[in-house]
Amino acid sequence: MAVFTQGVIFEGVDTSDPNCWTLDAYVKRGGYEALKRILQQGISQDDVIAEVKGSSLRGRGGAGFPTGLKWSFMPRNFPGDKYLVCNTDEGEPGTFKDRDILRFNPHSLIEGMIIAGYAMGVKRAYNYIHGEIFEDYVLFERALDEARAAGFLGENILGTSFTFDLFAHHGYGAYICGEETALLESLEGKKGQPRFKPPFPASFGLYGKPTTINNTESFASVPFIIRDGGQKFLEAGKPNNGGTKLFSVSGHVNRPGNYEIPLGTPFSVLLEMAGGMKNGKKLKAVIPGGSSAPVLPGDIMMDCTMDYDSISKAGSMLGSGAVIVMNEDICMVKALERLAYFYHEESCGQCTPCREGTGWLYRVIHRIEHGQGRPDDLDLLTSVGNNMAGRTICALADAAVFPVRSFTKHFRHEFEYHIEHKKCLVEHKWC
Amino acid sequence: MLSPDALKQIDREVAKYPADQARSAVMGALRIAQTELGWLSTETIEFVANYLGIPPVAAYEVATFYNMYDLKPVGKYKITVCTNLPCALGGGVDCADYLKHKLGIGFGETTPDGKFTLVEGECMGACGDAPVLLVNNHSMCSFMSHEAIDKKLAELK
Amino acid sequence: MLEIEIDGKKLTVPTGSTVMDAAHSNGTYIPHFCYHKKLSIAANCRMCLVEVEKAPKPLPACATPVTDGMKVHTHSDTAVKAQQGVMEFLLINHPLDCPICDQGGECQLQDLAVGYGGVSSRYQEEKRAVPAKEMGPLVSAAEMSRCIHCTRCVRFTEEIGGYQEIGMAHRGEHSQILPFLNKTVDSEISGNVIDLCPVGALTSKPFRYSARPWELSRRKTVSPHDGLGANMIVQVKHNRVMRALPLENEAINECWLADRDRFSYEALSSDARLTRPMVKQGGQWIETEWQAALEYIVKGLRGVTRDHGADAIGFLATPHSTVEELYLAKKLAGALGVESTDYRTRHADFSRDAAQQGALWLGSSIVELAAANALLVVGSVLRKEQPLLAARLRQSVKKGMALSVISPIQENLLSHVHARLTVSPVAMLDSLKAVLKAVLARKADASSTLDVVSITPCAQAEAIADSLVNNDNAVIALGNLAQHSPHFGDLLTLANELARLTGGRVAVLGEAANSVGAELTFKPSGKGANAGQMFSVPKKAYVLLNTELDCDSHNPHRALKAVEQAEMVVAMSAFRSDAALQYADVMLPIAPFTETSGAFVNMEGLLQAFNGVVKPLGDARPAWKVLRVLGNMLGAPGFEFESAEQVRAEWLAGLGGELKSKLNNGLSSLTLATPSSASGLVRVGEVPMYQADALCRRAPSLQATADARAPRASAHSSVLAAAGVQSGQEVSLKQEGAAIRIAIDADDSLPLGVVRLAAAHPATVALGGMFNSIELAQG
Ligand SMILES: Cc1cc2nc3c(=O)[nH]c(=O)nc-3n(C[C@H](O)[C@H](O)[C@H](O)COP(=O)(O)O)c2cc1C
Ligand code: SF4
Ligand code: FES
Repeated sequence: MAVFTQGVIFEGVDTSDPNCWTLDAYVKRGGYEALKRILQQGISQDDVIAEVKGSSLRGRGGAGFPTGLKWSFMPRNFPGDKYLVCNTDEGEPGTFKDRDILRFNPHSLIEGMIIAGYAMGVKRAYNYIHGEIFEDYVLFERALDEARAAGFLGENILGTSFTFDLFAHHGYGAYICGEETALLESLEGKKGQPRFKPPFPASFGLYGKPTTINNTESFASVPFIIRDGGQKFLEAGKPNNGGTKLFSVSGHVNRPGNYEIPLGTPFSVLLEMAGGMKNGKKLKAVIPGGSSAPVLPGDIMMDCTMDYDSISKAGSMLGSGAVIVMNEDICMVKALERLAYFYHEESCGQCTPCREGTGWLYRVIHRIEHGQGRPDDLDLLTSVGNNMAGRTICALADAAVFPVRSFTKHFRHEFEYHIEHKKCLVEHKWC
Repeated sequence: MLSPDALKQIDREVAKYPADQARSAVMGALRIAQTELGWLSTETIEFVANYLGIPPVAAYEVATFYNMYDLKPVGKYKITVCTNLPCALGGGVDCADYLKHKLGIGFGETTPDGKFTLVEGECMGACGDAPVLLVNNHSMCSFMSHEAIDKKLAELK
Repeated sequence: MLEIEIDGKKLTVPTGSTVMDAAHSNGTYIPHFCYHKKLSIAANCRMCLVEVEKAPKPLPACATPVTDGMKVHTHSDTAVKAQQGVMEFLLINHPLDCPICDQGGECQLQDLAVGYGGVSSRYQEEKRAVPAKEMGPLVSAAEMSRCIHCTRCVRFTEEIGGYQEIGMAHRGEHSQILPFLNKTVDSEISGNVIDLCPVGALTSKPFRYSARPWELSRRKTVSPHDGLGANMIVQVKHNRVMRALPLENEAINECWLADRDRFSYEALSSDARLTRPMVKQGGQWIETEWQAALEYIVKGLRGVTRDHGADAIGFLATPHSTVEELYLAKKLAGALGVESTDYRTRHADFSRDAAQQGALWLGSSIVELAAANALLVVGSVLRKEQPLLAARLRQSVKKGMALSVISPIQENLLSHVHARLTVSPVAMLDSLKAVLKAVLARKADASSTLDVVSITPCAQAEAIADSLVNNDNAVIALGNLAQHSPHFGDLLTLANELARLTGGRVAVLGEAANSVGAELTFKPSGKGANAGQMFSVPKKAYVLLNTELDCDSHNPHRALKAVEQAEMVVAMSAFRSDAALQYADVMLPIAPFTETSGAFVNMEGLLQAFNGVVKPLGDARPAWKVLRVLGNMLGAPGFEFESAEQVRAEWLAGLGGELKSKLNNGLSSLTLATPSSASGLVRVGEVPMYQADALCRRAPSLQATADARAPRASAHSSVLAAAGVQSGQEVSLKQEGAAIRIAIDADDSLPLGVVRLAAAHPATVALGGMFNSIELAQG
C-alpha cells in the first residue's frame, strides 16, 4: 500500500521500491544530514531543543504534548543513566501510520532518535514495536545494523565524542503497552501495567532512570525540523498545530491508507484524497483520532479541519490521527459493542473501576445489541462510565468511556430504538 | 530444552539490555521458545525463567498477559483475524466468517487434523490493509479477500 | 515540612508524605485495600479516592504526594461518591458469601461495604468464578473468587519475602492471583499474606472453618521460637488455641510473624502431648499421680546424691524454657548441691566460658542492628534461623547496608550480598583471620595480639574488611552454626578483635526465645560440668527441662549413650517422644508457653512476660509450679512462691535489679586455641527450621512444608567422586561407629571437605556431632 504524502516524513519515499527503507536510499533523500550538521557544527543541545520547540511539533502518539517542551524536562546534568524510548506500540484501533514509517523509512526514526539522544544527553535508547508487525521489527533491526555499520550508532559517532545506541524491543499482544508507563514496565520484562504518576518518566522512567518517550512519528519528524528548520515545519501546518501529520484513514472509503498532509487540511479534502465514500454511500460518522476519540456525526465532521484545535472544538480529539469512516449501513450499537469488547479485553486489570467497569459496559451494550436492553440501560451506561472516567491510573478507562458517551450522545435514538424494538434501526452491514 | 540456536538468539536479546536487567529479555525469550516449540508449556516457561534468573511466576505473569503467547498447543498454523471496528468496516468480520466456514471451526478452535487454529485478534495496526490476518504470529497477510484466503490456505501445507 | 488541610483540620507533614500518610498522622481514616504501610504503593484498588481542591478529579490518597497548602476532603460529596463507585465495582463480581467465609467478621471489604455499598446490585450479569489455587500446607487459596486484586500478597512475597512466589497472571477481568503452576509458596514467612489479604481469598489452611472470629478471645503472648521474641495474639475457643496472629511491635517483629510463630500452635493440642505423669517400672510405663511421681523423683535424686555425690547429677534445659523455669531449676539444683546445669546442649565449645564478661546477646537493640551500615554474619543459615530478622535485614540491605557472610552453607538470602566466603566450619577461623589481617592493613596505627602472619586475605576477605572499616556502625554477628561449632570460642575471640579494630560491635544471634535468659541463669556454677562434659563424662542422674536429647543435642549418639547408663533420668516435657520413652525413668507433663505464665529475654535483652492463655491440658502443670513443689518436698528453703511474677522478681533481684548491665559479648583475654586440623570429611549439621524445638517438630502443617522435608545429605561433586558415589545415590554415613544410610546429592556450592547433613532430625539422630568428622562410603 502506498503512502500519500504532502509532508516531511515520506517526502521522496517511493513505497513501491522494495529498497526504499535502506540506508542508501535514505541518504540519497538527504538523510542523516541533520545529524551530521549537528555533530560537525557542534550545535548545542539547547539549540536543538529550541529548534524543536520552535517547530510547534506536538506528540503524535495521541496526547499531542509539545515535543520540545517534553525534551526540556529531561534532567540535564543527571549523574547516572538516562534513556530514550520510542513508542511503536501502535495498537489504537484505526492507527497504522508508525508501521509504514518502520517499513518504508526506518532511518528517519533512527536519525530522529539519535538527534533526540544528543539533545538530551542520552546514551541508550529502545524502540518498542508491537508484536503483530514482527516482520517490520525484523526489518527495523536490519536498519539498525546498517546505521551501526555506517557509524551513526555506537561509540564516537562520526568521529565525535558522542555515543548513542538504539535497540529494538518487541511487544507481544497488549494494547495497553502503548500507554507510556505500561510500555516501560513491559520493556523491563514485566506485565504492561501502567504506573501511577507522579513520578513521571522524566524523573523515574526505564529502570527507574530519567526517560523520555515519544511516538514514532514524533521522532521521525525531527530530522526535517533540524535540517530545514523548525519554522519551515511550523509553516507547513498552522499555528499551535505545526507541521504535517500522518492520517490513517480506514473504513468505508475507496482508498484506505496513510495520508501525510498539513495540519489544518479540511476533512472533506482528506476524504476526497482517500477516494471518497466507498460505493457512493452516505457518510454517517467519523472517529477522527483513533477508537478512543469520541465519534462525530458525518455532518459535523465535514465542517472540521484536521488539526488538534478544530477537532477538539467539535468535541473530539485528533489523537493519533486515525480516521475511521463509517457509512449509513452501520448500526451504531453494533459498532460500539465491538469497541467496548476491545477495551474490556485490553484492560490491564489493576484498577478496580477499569477491570470491572469495562466488562460491565460491554455486557450492557451487548445485551442492548442482542435485544435484551432495558429502559434504564442508557442511564446505567452513563453512571458506570462516570464511575470509571478519571478514577484510574491510566487513561484506558477514559478511552473506554469516551466512545460510550459519544455514541450514546450523537446516536441516542438508535440505542433507544434498539432497546424498545430489540433490533437495529438500520439494517446493519459491516461493509 | 531449547536448541543451541534458540539459546543463542536469547543471548542476543539479553545483550540488548544493561547487564543487570536480563529480565527485560523475557518477552523475546518466550517468543523464541514458543517459535521453536510451538507453544509455551509450564516447563518451558520455567526453563526460560531459570535461564534469565527470574522467578518462574514472574515469567508466567508475562506469558499470560500478552495474548500472542500460546499457553496451550495450537495447530501447525495459527491464524489470527482482526475483527476490531476499523477492520470490520473493511471486511474483517466477513473474512473471519469465511475462514470459519472454510475450516469448519470457530474462534479458539483447532481443525481435527491439527493443522489450523483460528483466533480472533484485536487491532494489529494494519487497519488500512483490511482484512488482515496474522499467520503464526509473525506473518502479516493483507487485503484478504475470499480469493486471497483460498490461495493462502492452499499455500499453508 | 508541608502544610496540608484535611477535612478542615490543618497539619504539617514531612516533605515526601502522601495524603494517606498525612491522614494517618492526624487520625483520619481513609478507606483503602491495596495500600499497606510496609509495601510499595500500587494505587490500584482506588478505594482511597479523595477530593483535592483544584484537582479536576478525585485522587488516590495513598499515592498522591502532599503539596504545600493542599486542601483535602475525605468525606465530601465528591469523595464519598467516588468511594461508593469503587465499592460498587468491587462487589459486582464478589461472591458475597460472608456467612461461610473465614474472613467474615474481620473482613475489610465487609466492613467497608456496610458503609459504602449500595442496597441492591445494579449488576445483573453472571459473576466471575475464579478457580481455587494450591499454595501449600499453610495458605489456603481455595476461594479466589473473593480476591479483589489488591496485589498485597504479590508485593509481599517480592518485597518483604525477597522472592516473588505469588503473581497476578492473565489480564483485565481474567486476572488471577496464583503461585507458579507446579509450585507452592515456600517462604518461611508466607503466612503473612493471610493477614495482608483484606478479604477471605487467602486464609489459614490449618484454621479453615474451625471457628468464627467473633467466637475467639484474644490474648497477648510472645513467640516461643527464635530469639526475636515476636509479639503475638493467640486466639482461643473452648480452652483451645485456634490461631496465632502478629501483635504489631515495630521494634521487634513489625507487623509480621514467621510461619513457625504462626502455625506451631497446632502442636499444643496434638496427640503427642504428655498429659499425665508417668513412671517406668520394670521397663513398663505407667501413668501415675503427681504426688507419686514427685516422690519418686525426690527419692531418686536423694539416692544418687547419697551414693555418688551431687556431682553425679546434671540438669539440662532448653533455652526455650522460661526465665522462671530456668531460675527455679537452677535453684533446685543448688538445693541439691548440683553445680552442673546448662542449656547449651547443641554447643560443642565451652572454652571461653571463663573469659566471658557477661551474657551473650545481640549487642544492641534489633532496631540498631538493622541500622548497621555493615554487617558480617558468621556461621548462619539466617533465613532459617531467624526468619523475621532476615526479612528485616533485607530492607536494611535495600537501604544500603553492606551484608557479608562467612558460613559453610551458601544460603540464598534473597537480597544483595556484599561479599561471601563459603568455607568449611574450621576454615571460618582462617576466613575471619583473613578479614582481620585485611583490616589491620587498612589501619596503619593498629595492631593485634592475635597471630595472622601466615594468612593471605582473598578478594572476598578484602571486600569484607572494606565494608567493616569504611562504615562506622559495623557489626560482626555469630549465628547458630557458629555457636554450635567446635570453634565457637575462637570465632567469638576473632569477632571481638574485629569489633575492637573497626569500632564495631559483636552480636550473638540468640537461637531460642530465651537464649539470653538462659545465658544469664542456667550456665554451670562453680566446678560444675557444662553440657558437653555432662555427656563425655556421664552423670548418674539427669534432670531434663524441655530438652529432647535426640533432637536437642550436639552429639545425640553420645548423649543417648550417656543417659542410657544413668540410674535416673527425669524428663519434664510437654510432649512424649519415642526417644524419651527409651531413656527416661519419669516423665512429668509440663505446660507449654500457652499454659503457663512466664517470661523470655529476647536476643536484644528485652524481658517480655506473658500469661497463660488456656488451662493446662490434662494433668499438665506449669513447670515453675512443679519445680516449686519439688523444692518444698526436698525441704529446701526459698521455694514459697505464689506466682510466676514472684519467681521473676527474685531472679531479677539476683541480677541486681536489671539485666542490661549483665549483657556483654566481651572477653577478658583474647587468645586463640590451635584447632586440630581435622583430616578427612567434616559434617555440617545445621538444625532445620522446623526441627528447632519441640513445638515445631509436632506441628503437622509445618511438617508438611518443603522446609520440613526429610533431610538428604549433600557434598561437593568432587567429594562424591572421591568416594566413588553418584549424586542421588544412597550412601552410608558414619560417625563414632554409628552409621545411617541416606541419599546424597552433589552440591557444588558447598566447600570441599564437608558433608552437609542436617541434625535434629529422626533420620539423622543416630549419628554423632553436628560438626564432627564423618565417613562417607558407598551403599
Ligand atoms: C491506553 C493508551 C494507549 C496508548 N497507545 C499509544 C500508542 O499505541 N502509541 C503511542 O505512540 N502512544 C500511545 N499512547 C500515548 C502514550 O502514553 C504517550 O503519550 C506517547 O507515546 C507520547 O509520545 P508523543 O508525545 O510523541 O505523542 C497511549 C496512551 C494510552 C493511555
Ligand atoms: S485504567 Fe485500566 S488499563 Fe489503565 S492502568 Fe488501570 S486497569 Fe490498567
Ligand atoms: S489504597 Fe489507594 S488505590 Fe488502593
